Amino acid sequence: MLIRRKVKNMADKMSIILFSGTVDKLMPVGILASGGVAMGMDVEIFATFWGLQALSKGASEQPPRMSKDFEDMAPMMMQMMQEKNVPSWIDTLKNAKELGNVKVYACSMTMDLMGMNKDSFIDIVDDVVGVGEFVDNAKDAKITLFI
Amino acid sequence: MSEELEPTVTVDARGSFCPGPLMELIRAIREGQVGDIIAVLSSDTGSRRDIPLWVDNAGHEMVGIFDKEDHARFIVKKLK
Repeated sequence: MLIRRKVKNMADKMSIILFSGTVDKLMPVGILASGGVAMGMDVEIFATFWGLQALSKGASEQPPRMSKDFEDMAPMMMQMMQEKNVPSWIDTLKNAKELGNVKVYACSMTMDLMGMNKDSFIDIVDDVVGVGEFVDNAKDAKITLFI
Repeated sequence: MSEELEPTVTVDARGSFCPGPLMELIRAIREGQVGDIIAVLSSDTGSRRDIPLWVDNAGHEMVGIFDKEDHARFIVKKLK
């Protein structure tokens, strides 16, 4: 009875699998996480492969990468975003983290494969998890996205 | 009439894109006191729907939305 009540009172959850590492996919992750926080949801992001790479200290100092499909439009997009002072996706995500319950998990398999450790990332990463644990967490989510 | 309410805090989020102004409002509400009047200036189109929706969900009062030449002014009262 007690347990059931606890579950009922839990915030809705949005689970995002962040696979991509190009700015056109990273931006929406920051924005959607903000939207989740705004609507009172817990947000968890499982960063894997290129998405995790984008959270490495090295990548965050590099100019953002654009998807190959839209590379002809990249200079125009970048200029537009700069002129209009659009915050970086990392800043958007940090802001969401400050205002709500947003957790960023690094994929352990990607870390092993790419020779990364917890120090490889900017301080936005909360923990390292395997796919099993992420799926176990995500099964309660109201919204699940693969980006 | 409501526009004459003197805001406790004015958040100038003009030029900020969705969800920037909404997030700035949430921060201002969080940092404010019950009864505070918060004005948000936004040129973002999404704010028009997102801000009233959030205010309603979060249990505060949407005092009014006032259209200006190049932005809208949202007046919100912190209720809890």
